[in-house]
Amino acid sequence: MYNYFRPGGVAWDLPDGFKEMTQAVLKDIQQGINDIDGLMTENEVFVARCAGLSPVTPEKAINWGFSGPMLRACGVKHDLRRAEPYSIYDRFDFQIPTGATGDVYDRYLVRLEEMRQAARIVEQALDHMPDEGPIMMPGMKRTLRVPPGEVYMRSETPRGEYGIYLISKGGDSPYRVKVRSPAFSNLSALKAMSVGNYVADAIIILGSIDIVLCEVDR
Amino acid sequence: MIADNPWIDAVLRMAVIAFLIPVAVIVLTYLERKFIGRIQMRLGPMRVGPYGTLQTVADTIKLLTKEDLRPQSADRWTFELAPFVVVIPTVVALVTLPVTADLFVRNLTLGLFFIVAVSGLSIVGLVMAGWGSDNKYALLGGVRAAAQLISYEIPLVLAILSVAMLSGSLNLVEIVNGQGQVPFIVWQPLAFLIFTIAGLAELYRNPFDIPVAESEVVGGPFIEYSGIRWSMFQLAEYVNLVLISILGSLIFLGGWNWPLGNQAGPWLQIVWIVLKASLFISFFFWMRASLPRLRIDQLMAFCWQVLLPFAFLQIIINGLVLVYEWPDWTLGVLSGAAMAAAAYLTYRNGRKAAEPYSPRYHAVRSGG
Repeated sequence: MYNYFRPGGVAWDLPDGFKEMTQAVLKDIQQGINDIDGLMTENEVFVARCAGLSPVTPEKAINWGFSGPMLRACGVKHDLRRAEPYSIYDRFDFQIPTGATGDVYDRYLVRLEEMRQAARIVEQALDHMPDEGPIMMPGMKRTLRVPPGEVYMRSETPRGEYGIYLISKGGDSPYRVKVRSPAFSNLSALKAMSVGNYVADAIIILGSIDIVLCEVDR
Repeated sequence: MIADNPWIDAVLRMAVIAFLIPVAVIVLTYLERKFIGRIQMRLGPMRVGPYGTLQTVADTIKLLTKEDLRPQSADRWTFELAPFVVVIPTVVALVTLPVTADLFVRNLTLGLFFIVAVSGLSIVGLVMAGWGSDNKYALLGGVRAAAQLISYEIPLVLAILSVAMLSGSLNLVEIVNGQGQVPFIVWQPLAFLIFTIAGLAELYRNPFDIPVAESEVVGGPFIEYSGIRWSMFQLAEYVNLVLISILGSLIFLGGWNWPLGNQAGPWLQIVWIVLKASLFISFFFWMRASLPRLRIDQLMAFCWQVLLPFAFLQIIINGLVLVYEWPDWTLGVLSGAAMAAAAYLTYRNGRKAAEPYSPRYHAVRSGG
């Protein structure tokens, strides 16, 4: 997967029957989301544990540098795919779910809905995908020589805004690279969010941040 | 009687129990892993032996040959004795538990009381393990265990008490025989419900696995234990599971008799008791796979505010019916109505608590 994307295109064409396989998996995924929805969303124990736990105001969320579902759960309708569309996201029809109070329950609801929207996006992408066509920009060189300058590119990932700040002084390798990982910014608010709650709640709050520890450590 | 000499007879009967305990634990561990695995769309153990049947045997050998570690700062005697304090009462409780009409070690007149009293002792072992490990998670787990197990002991005992009221005996064989054609679950569904829930909490299994919660207190009192001492705790947990399941099927489901029927033959009795106990056990496994864990304050509130008043209500209903000699069916109807009321009240309160979040849920689902 990580070797598949290249500057200027992708490494090789899709395998045979990709569309059908993806559609089959997509059906399973939608079924899975519905199952989770039915099992968890109105579960008494789940609501009792999560609803009203560590609410975050939109101002605080922005100040802490939240992004992704964590930010949207607080009621800020911010999604980079809509705010500054990159790639072909402006062609897709999808909704941006937002929560009301930014508690753990809202984060769960937003994530659940985002999975549905993501499945919708994949569906549309499959429909619009041409069967034939170039997979690589013609005339792409193996080593890229970037002119001097700096650039910051960001994109929306499942956990939030993933940005790369890059400084080039010419040549084929960058002079400086800084990765802005969403997990790190979201995790930094854990202490503030768990003060005053039970030990058992700290686990849920940590889980609701949905961290990937190797992503934190960049 | 298995043998003529009473001493040889007692030893033989105890040998049967001593043999059955590890077998039951090994089989149940395997079944639980398979059961949970299938619910979670996995296969469970598949590698060792056909369909992974030898997995638990391999695990047992691994546990027995593992080094028995004791942290340097641990309180030596408390730490080393705790597993025995947990495991011995549960095994002792099995002494008077009749599996069939004549398969028991000793049929005590106060059998039901004996089981409740003795199995309550193992709480001390959990607190000892929590304290002796000199580990903050173990201590937290030990305190949680003490709070939860002592609290849930009360509704459990009250539910058992209402059975004793109806049968007029504490002797388990007499209780089973006294149920005759209709098991007690028909007469007092409310007590059965309370018994099942409180039993689930007594076994500290999901959703009541607060003392040993993996993600919160990393195994609770057992965190510092390894090898054979840890497997003792595991042994006690599964023996308790068997104990509660068999006890529940004895006092509520008519024990070894045909449901709604006459006494079965000696071999059929074993089949019936195993079937009825498996019903309980699979219910406990199912709950483990499908419910999230409660928080300790919610757990306590549920015990003291819901289970305890309704357990008393069941006892009052029993008392009224017995004293004023109302017909039998009133008991079943009243208890069923009380159970419906309990379910409705709990449901309504849960709804009320979740009410403020419901519009949010619909707003988010429709895309904001």
